[in-house]
Amino acid sequence: MKLNERSLAFYATCDSPADNAGFLYKRGERHTAYHRRWFVLKGNMLFYFEERESREPVGVIVLEGCTVELCDSGEEFAFAIRFGGAKSRTYVLAAESQAAMEAWVKSLSRASFDYMRLVVRELEKQLVEMQRGPAGGRSAKPAAPERSPERRPALPGALPKENGCAVWNNAQGTDPPPRAAAPRRASGCDAEASPRPPPVPPRRRASSGDPAVVAESPGGTSAFSRLHERYGREVARLRREWLERRQGQQP
Amino acid sequence: MRYNERELLSLARQPAEKAAEILMRVPKKGSVLKKRLVKLVVNFLFYFRTDEAEPIGALLLEHCRITKEEENVFSISFIEEPERKYCFECDSEQQCQEWIEALKRASYEFMRRSLIFYRNEIQKMTGKVSTLQLAFQELVISGVAATHPTQRCLLICVGKRSHSKSVPEAMILTACRAQ
Repeated sequence: MKLNERSLAFYATCDSPADNAGFLYKRGERHTAYHRRWFVLKGNMLFYFEERESREPVGVIVLEGCTVELCDSGEEFAFAIRFGGAKSRTYVLAAESQAAMEAWVKSLSRASFDYMRLVVRELEKQLVEMQRGPAGGRSAKPAAPERSPERRPALPGALPKENGCAVWNNAQGTDPPPRAAAPRRASGCDAEASPRPPPVPPRRRASSGDPAVVAESPGGTSAFSRLHERYGREVARLRREWLERRQGQQP
Repeated sequence: MRYNERELLSLARQPAEKAAEILMRVPKKGSVLKKRLVKLVVNFLFYFRTDEAEPIGALLLEHCRITKEEENVFSISFIEEPERKYCFECDSEQQCQEWIEALKRASYEFMRRSLIFYRNEIQKMTGKVSTLQLAFQELVISGVAATHPTQRCLLICVGKRSHSKSVPEAMILTACRAQ
């Protein structure tokens, strides 16, 4: 079966975030000798390289459907990646410390696409339920999940994309220019390239009609502008003090 | 590159997110459109000869670009080689659009971004401290041009971070405590 190996190698070596990386000892298939390899976990793919600086992985283990368990092979800190089918190979790996072993077992156990999909669906459900809210008040304005258009997650149309309580996320409606060097965050707030000041965020309309922010406001500050003022004064004061201190320190 | 073919073959036999008979052309010189059974399972696109049980090949759908080409046609290419396109000709425009949508969502990286997005949204709705801390993080990353006084103060604090590490953090913490 052909595999898009060139793309796979690129995926393995590019600077997209790895879920885990480190040296592990891998037991050979036929011979029981262990070989030290540099492992990189990205999503449900576990790549291994001869050296850390190698340009291409020696191989990859597709982790979908696997189970990870500790194993009592002779080797210390050993664990195994097992698959369900008959005749399927078990990969025995050994870490260099207890902590490393635990970290690997944890990250590998959660590495399947199915698991990720489950988590995302759960969070999506939570968010939808939260936005419906106890008062049944739903705010109108959508929040853009991401800046760069081609990287925008295609959220289901039913999800109301509202973000009324956060002042920082002013992405609604404004179509920012695509990012040049993108740090790998899907934060809705990074508007670094936009020259215009961000639009004032919408007030959330609860059923009572009052603009409300978040539930637990100390001192009963229900209006965001009041909260904002308080923070602003506090921070402005601290800043003044800090600037004065700093000027005092300069020769 | 070695890979666990047995497991991949087993994955190819699992229930698909989407499967159809589609005309497909691989990015090889002289290749033509051929009818294939195309099957999307997790972040893999398997393609079979229509009467065979074992796939001819599999495409891992990470760091790929799904592009609408002409009518009924879309292509898959990978970011390091954007000109090398796997072309797919569907029976209808609707089928074409459905596949494009499904494939765009089919990567682990896409789901990771969705996860971050939902987490952020939930965090914003549930906690002020988190909102402020989140905003702080976001400002550090983005350097947003702000008009609100609070935003500007935070931004300036963040900007001066290199001079005095503890100060901006102290400011944020105080602001948080002031809640």
